[in-house]
Amino acid sequence: MLENFAYVFTFLIVGIGFVALNLFVSSLIRPNNPNEQKETVYDCGELPVGPGFTQFNMRFYLVAFVFVIFDVEIAFMYPVTVIFKDMVNSGWGILAFVEIALFIIILLVGFIYAWSQGGLEWAKSIKSQFEKTQDT
Amino acid sequence: MEAFAVSLGVHIYLVKAIIMFIIAALSVTFMAVISGLTTWFERRIAGRMQSRIGPNRVGPQGLLQFVADAVKLFMKEDLIPKGADRLLFKMSPYLCMIGVFAPFVVLPWGMGIIAADLNVGVLYLISITALVVVGTLMAGWGSNNKWSLLGGMRSAAQIVSYEIPVAMGLLPSILFAGSLSMIGLMNAQGWAPWQWSAFQNPFTMIAFLIFFTGSLAEGNRVPFDLPEAESELVSGFNTEYSGFRFAVYFLAEWANLYVIGALTTAVFLGGGNLPEALQPYWYLSIFLFLLKTFFIMFVIIWLRWTLPRFRIDQLMDLSWKYLLPLSFIAFFGQAVYMLIDHQFPVIDMVTGPIMFLIFLLVLLKFFYRVAINFREQNKTVNTRA
Repeated sequence: MLENFAYVFTFLIVGIGFVALNLFVSSLIRPNNPNEQKETVYDCGELPVGPGFTQFNMRFYLVAFVFVIFDVEIAFMYPVTVIFKDMVNSGWGILAFVEIALFIIILLVGFIYAWSQGGLEWAKSIKSQFEKTQDT
Repeated sequence: MEAFAVSLGVHIYLVKAIIMFIIAALSVTFMAVISGLTTWFERRIAGRMQSRIGPNRVGPQGLLQFVADAVKLFMKEDLIPKGADRLLFKMSPYLCMIGVFAPFVVLPWGMGIIAADLNVGVLYLISITALVVVGTLMAGWGSNNKWSLLGGMRSAAQIVSYEIPVAMGLLPSILFAGSLSMIGLMNAQGWAPWQWSAFQNPFTMIAFLIFFTGSLAEGNRVPFDLPEAESELVSGFNTEYSGFRFAVYFLAEWANLYVIGALTTAVFLGGGNLPEALQPYWYLSIFLFLLKTFFIMFVIIWLRWTLPRFRIDQLMDLSWKYLLPLSFIAFFGQAVYMLIDHQFPVIDMVTGPIMFLIFLLVLLKFFYRVAINFREQNKTVNTRA
């Protein structure tokens, strides 16, 4: 088994090496004479205003939070999924099913709560704007 | 192998390490070539679909176009914009590359032909592809460009959102096979379409569709290509990249297409399983596996040039409000199905063929519809002339 992970390690090294080697060889033959104009950031051809590290929307954090919760949940679901077939064949299927169902239902409650609180709405304002235009 | 090592007077691990290295080098070459060929393939198909020719100058039918492109990008100047975070900017291509290349360890090439059959195969695959998210975020943040930042954030939000349907979509199939290793998943299926895990029962079918949709989004393919929506974000997270660093992103994108195709084939479409009579001809299984993979890749490319792009809120809604609940239904459905199946094994014999029959009917309906469209189009053309 450890030998299999040695394969993974080798692949990682070769993957990095592939990019590094190509970049190195390319650096030997490509031109390299940067100047002021070339180094400006692309801002649709205008001179860039302010740095590029601007603020961005809070919604991305919200998505990341919900993702982390579900990703951990899935990581816990995989072991049960793998042995489920054996459990069914040895007659313990119902037990495994009830256990994983309880686990998922607890998380689904959280999911439904997030949904009901509008945590999953990407564009909160679009709908209200749409309703406003409908009224007038 | 051990005797061979001893006869040469070297340690066994050295021989093993060299073999591993050779396999990895072959894989990386295969990945580079296949992703190059896919760019050609895609451009030709796009040409056909838009009534133009596409690249046909370099080599027979333009087949060597990707070599010309690669050489061009290889010799381009590599610029790093002023004020960029140089470390993140330089690290990002490596991460994107690893995120796409590392899955090749567990991708099978046919029945029992695989670099390393990890016992956590699928889990390893979906977790290591997540490195691409880190890479795009780094590229977006490190570029000191507003378009890149927006593109990177969008890309991260999208890939992260669709990671969950993809992982959930794989679960019913794993329930069915009872294994995480790729070979185990393939062995659980048979050669005939009604033995494939996609056509086992309605729930695996739902899971297959969820997985496929999610994979499209994870691979940044249309209709989910918001991270590089040219009309909105210039080029997304890779706006500031040039030269070979830029090429790496596109290499990764098209290699990802192959990864998606191979994973779908191995997990849902029977892999390289051959009928009993053809078992001795192992090379046929490689051929079959690649054929299925390329078909999936063709479908993805076909979708790209057929469908318009989603809006970002529609994209998020689709993932969280439709695919995620559906995938829970598929998971529970498959679990209950297996419990019932244990009591009454007869169902297993029936559902597979029925699902496949339904699939054939849908296919027939599709071709019928296409034929009608063709006829109507020809009619209008004739009347105009």
